[in-house]
Amino acid sequence: MSETTEDQNVRVAAICDQLITLEGPLLPILHEVQEEFGFIPDGALQTIAKKLNLSRAEVHGVASFYHDFREEKAGKHVIKICRAEACQAMGADALGDKVRRHLNVDWSQTTADRKVTLEPVFCLGLCACAPAAMIDGKVVGRVSADRILEKVGS
Amino acid sequence: MSIKVYVPLDSGSVALGADDVASAIAAKASKSGADIKIVRNGSFGMYWLEPMVEVETPRGRVAYGPVSTDDIDTLFEADFLTGGDHKLYLGRTQDIPFLKSQSRLTFQRCGIIDPVSLEDYRANEGLTGVENALKMTDEEIVKAVTDSGLRGRGGAGFPTGIKWNTVREAPADQKYIVCNADEGDSGTFADRMIMEGEPFVLIEGMIIAGLATGATKGYVYTRSEYPTAIDVMNEAIKVARAAGVLGDNILGSGKAFDMEVRMGAGAYVCGEETSLLNSMEGKRGVVRAKPPLPALEGFLGRPTVVNNVISLCSVPVILEKGAEYYRDYGMGRSRGTIPIQIAGNVKHGGLYEVGFGLTLGEIVEQIGGGTASGRPIKAVQVGGPLGAYFPKELFDTPFDYEEFMKRDGLIGHAGIVVFDDTVDMMKQARFAMEFCAIESCGKCTPCRIGSVRGTEVVDKLERGEEPELQLELLRDLCETMKFGSLCALGGFTPYPVLSALTHFPDDFKPRALDIAAE
Ligand SMILES: Cc1cc2nc3c(=O)[nH]c(=O)nc-3n(C[C@H](O)[C@H](O)[C@H](O)COP(=O)(O)O)c2cc1C
Ligand code: SF4
Ligand code: FES
Ligand code: FES
Repeated sequence: MSETTEDQNVRVAAICDQLITLEGPLLPILHEVQEEFGFIPDGALQTIAKKLNLSRAEVHGVASFYHDFREEKAGKHVIKICRAEACQAMGADALGDKVRRHLNVDWSQTTADRKVTLEPVFCLGLCACAPAAMIDGKVVGRVSADRILEKVGS
Repeated sequence: MSIKVYVPLDSGSVALGADDVASAIAAKASKSGADIKIVRNGSFGMYWLEPMVEVETPRGRVAYGPVSTDDIDTLFEADFLTGGDHKLYLGRTQDIPFLKSQSRLTFQRCGIIDPVSLEDYRANEGLTGVENALKMTDEEIVKAVTDSGLRGRGGAGFPTGIKWNTVREAPADQKYIVCNADEGDSGTFADRMIMEGEPFVLIEGMIIAGLATGATKGYVYTRSEYPTAIDVMNEAIKVARAAGVLGDNILGSGKAFDMEVRMGAGAYVCGEETSLLNSMEGKRGVVRAKPPLPALEGFLGRPTVVNNVISLCSVPVILEKGAEYYRDYGMGRSRGTIPIQIAGNVKHGGLYEVGFGLTLGEIVEQIGGGTASGRPIKAVQVGGPLGAYFPKELFDTPFDYEEFMKRDGLIGHAGIVVFDDTVDMMKQARFAMEFCAIESCGKCTPCRIGSVRGTEVVDKLERGEEPELQLELLRDLCETMKFGSLCALGGFTPYPVLSALTHFPDDFKPRALDIAAE
């Protein structure tokens, strides 16, 4: 990553300029920044705050409220396993245990080699095809631990 | 002419392999020179048959399912493009008993049409509701919705017409229609299915809400877990705008309405309407105290209708066929139809739209076909993570807002999650507390702290530390949460906890030490 903070600020400012006319632009801006960088860089908070006439603390407060926004880059692959009731009824707890054990991580952690980030999710709307997961943005239903691990090559 | 082959784009179907099936069919067809057109439709909601592939034949659409890529060769050999027989052949789609026995009013075109084809939508009586509404006064539209008996499908069951009237009468330079598509309840997927399968009906419902209340701008707030629904909605909005269905001059009426989609960021509490409005305004998704009602001071302080997706999608048929037509379905004060979502450990999981009034037992045993595991049902949770667990003894409860309340339960967004006899109800009670702790917006102490205490109490109970005392503490905590919470997250978490405790007391006995061997 050779990018300078200066470059980063320019890109964040451009995103702000593009979305600032929306009614309630902060969430769309945060989503776009995360899309661009893979996380919300610390320096972006100040730039966004300035553009929207907010304090840095306010922007940080919002970004930290939501589970989606990351403070650091995720691993190469992101596995989200549904931990909610319909999936529990189909063995999601055991599934989650097996994947955690195999990857040697707990929920919301990234493997030491930065290859996989494992996150819990509470319902993907796939409750009639449980247990469900989302791997790198793609949904899978009636899934097994082996299939999940195979998809991320682990 | 090319043969139409339908393969759903619905996330549930895709999660079971529909994209690969569609590619495999396309590849095989091009190799064999068959002239086909693949339409990516919505799902009919029979998930045990997904991916369900349909072919248009002279005798109607016929279905095959569940299809995997391994079946493509034999399907072509069986000449499925002309409706040939095959081990996965299901007959005509419309004759499949699960579908045939429903009363599909809200979901009438879901699965049937190409989701983003406005021509398909129109050809199936789409837009008739808004066309009728354009000939009515705002008061007449509100009256029709009130008379239909429609109540909010987001959970609280508040009469939609009354909410609309409050916004209609509120003077303001700008009013808003906000569609609550945050659908966070486990066991629910009706909002997702209709946004993916029939987005124009939501657009139509929102335009009608705008005409009734004087709102000219609409937002669909949906979850980031629903990328396909977001894509399909955005595409449909673009198509509607280009066709003059949305914009400054809707259907040439001189009236204006436009809308856009907003994406949440992974917070269950943002489904609560005031938290949702804060989130849309770019704030932390903390719940606001009421009053003021969102109907008077909602988005950016302006009068705002906040309605669930299914509430809004039920409006077009009411305007198309009349309040009475809708009202004639249902029982008691629960009028019309309800898309029931049957999920979890169940043989025939999916969406079943029907008038209110079936019993819980009929739904899970007859329609759902019992468990997927083949074991006996032990409990069903109705209404999402804040809903009660029902034992078999209460399977005679009719699906009706008031009847469920009488039994300390709630319908919520009409999701039903089935558990077999391997479920541990103490674990489920603990999870309810844990979920509340994870998702609490932090405003009320009983919700924020009480839920964490709740998980600790259950842990002690499990370890056998003064069980009598823990049980008393747990009940006390539930009382405090019920009465000391601002919204239903803290206020209703006691429902799953207490119902588990009341109906399955044996599961709350201290455990032998062998399970702690991990
Ligand atoms: C914690 C919590 C989560 C909620 N989640 C949703 C939701 O995902 N979708 C929804 O429509 N309503 C949800 N509600 C209910 C909304 O606050 C509100 O009652 C509803 O959007 C009103 O629309 P309706 O009258 O059409 O049902 C939730 C309420 C609470 C307390
Ligand atoms: S009950 Fe919980 S989620 Fe609801 S307002 Fe209070 S703290 Fe927030
Ligand atoms: S509960 Fe897992 S997808 Fe809904
Ligand atoms: S979030 Fe409101 S008190 Fe902390």
